[in-house]
Amino acid sequence: MGYRYELRFGGVGGQGSLTAGTMIAEAAVFHTKYYATQVPTYTSQVRGGKAKADIIISDEPITFSETTNVDFFMTTHQSVYDAYRGDLKEGAIILVDPALVKNIPDEDRKKYKVYEYPLIYTAKHEIGNVVTMNVLAVGVCIGLTHVLDKEAVREAIKDRVPPAFLDLNMKAYDLGLEVGEKFRKEGPTKK
Amino acid sequence: MGRIAFLDANAAVAEAAVIAGCGFYAGYPITPSSEVPETLAKIMPERGVPFIMMEDEIASINACIGASASGVKAMTCTSGPGLSLKQEALGEACIMEIPLVLVDVMRGGPSTGLPTRPSQADIMQARWGTHGDHPIIAISPCNAQEAIFETIRAFNLAEKFRQPVYILTDGLLSHLHAKVYLPDPEEVEIVERAAPTVPPEEYYPFDYNYEIPPLAPWWTKDGKSYRYHMSSLNHDKTGFPTVVPPFIQWQEKRLISKIMNHIDEIEKFEYYKMDDAETCVIAYGSVAEAARVAIDEARKAGIKVGMFRPITIWPFAEKQIRDLREKVKRIIVVEMNLGQYILEVQRAVAEKIPIYGVLQAAGIPIRPIQILEKIKNPEKSVEICMTEEELKKFGGGE
Repeated sequence: MGYRYELRFGGVGGQGSLTAGTMIAEAAVFHTKYYATQVPTYTSQVRGGKAKADIIISDEPITFSETTNVDFFMTTHQSVYDAYRGDLKEGAIILVDPALVKNIPDEDRKKYKVYEYPLIYTAKHEIGNVVTMNVLAVGVCIGLTHVLDKEAVREAIKDRVPPAFLDLNMKAYDLGLEVGEKFRKEGPTKK
Repeated sequence: MGRIAFLDANAAVAEAAVIAGCGFYAGYPITPSSEVPETLAKIMPERGVPFIMMEDEIASINACIGASASGVKAMTCTSGPGLSLKQEALGEACIMEIPLVLVDVMRGGPSTGLPTRPSQADIMQARWGTHGDHPIIAISPCNAQEAIFETIRAFNLAEKFRQPVYILTDGLLSHLHAKVYLPDPEEVEIVERAAPTVPPEEYYPFDYNYEIPPLAPWWTKDGKSYRYHMSSLNHDKTGFPTVVPPFIQWQEKRLISKIMNHIDEIEKFEYYKMDDAETCVIAYGSVAEAARVAIDEARKAGIKVGMFRPITIWPFAEKQIRDLREKVKRIIVVEMNLGQYILEVQRAVAEKIPIYGVLQAAGIPIRPIQILEKIKNPEKSVEICMTEEELKKFGGGE
């Protein structure tokens, strides 16, 4: 098998996690040579239910979109962290917002590379709008994993965000990339 | 030239409906089908095409019957519980021979069941959900790209055969986003309804001179409509009720034969790695893609296995399934229900070769690994196997 990378973006309904996943998948299919699929899972609740998007990026067509070896997992909610880290592969990268995911077992920190970053606080207070949280997370993800070309992802973000929020989202993306690159150098968050 | 898009099968079906010339949509949203109306609500008004969110499922299909009788291509969309509600009107569309496309995104059941989880539990409801002898056409695409071409085909079949046509997808396929090509209408075959060849005063909606009588527009904006009667009671050529036995028998038989006489045109299926296969997996819809992965894996291990994938689910691929008896040693039917399509396979095979099932109605997709296990050891049960860790995912009141 060729190149394959699995990502999972999880949150509670309304946080924008599914959109974050979609932007990465769209970046792959529209702005790179890769194939990608995105499968969302959600519950009956419109707001507040657990939601996740599983993205597969591959250099081969994807016949059946089943994520079994997740390389990257981002979440902004404890319930989602607890529920959806089952099929992470050993050494997977986990990105969480420590304000909302407080309980990370020690064994997870050994098994995976856990990075903590206050996504929601930063989006709200440094960027200026909490809705940019998902784009900020996409930035951190790309800076940290280098899974896709950062400019390809930038194009995908531009395609999707409303024009009035473009500058704000670009600011969020750039900050995310910077944080991601820093994490990449420094390694997982120490506890 | 068409365009490339990143869509789930729901949005793909919606986009394809517009390409096929869908001129009317009425529906009532229901998970996991709601992206169909969501997409159409955006793109149909832009084209000046009516999109109506009705008060319920029953009104939706009845509105579509009215629209179709008025000469436009009509579609509605729902999921299991909504499909139950639509069944009476579906029967009306069958007996009045109204072209109609009915999208059913299957979810777990019975009743409200599992709103956000996939299943294939409406296979038999699609066939026999409405009462009385009636024909049905049902199509089950396996991915978003195929959903586009099959939706266009569904409209074509509906118009050609004056017949309601199902598109059966499921909660997994309907939400799986993938890169697809949306063709321009000029790039695909689009069938328009046959126009009546006689003036209104000589027109009969069920003219005995035709296998499929042309359906005249009942009402048109320009006033050139044909005024005629339609009844959901058994009727004669005029559309008025009749109890004259030969008329009834003739009409009932014609309803079936107008489909069965053209079975080769309606049936569509795929053989995958079947040339030297000793085991044949039968799977349809998104499950077929899981089966494909399993078959590829099994082939690597030297197992001679292939797949027969019905794309047209109804009418049943009688001849193709019967022929399998001479070609393979065993059949494994894989479906996300407790055994529906397998019943027809069993009937057709008539105990000539063994038939095994991977039948799962657990609200989760059937995994390639389960199918692979079954291919390796057909006698073994491969029902959902989950680790404690995996089970934890499903905790809480979802």
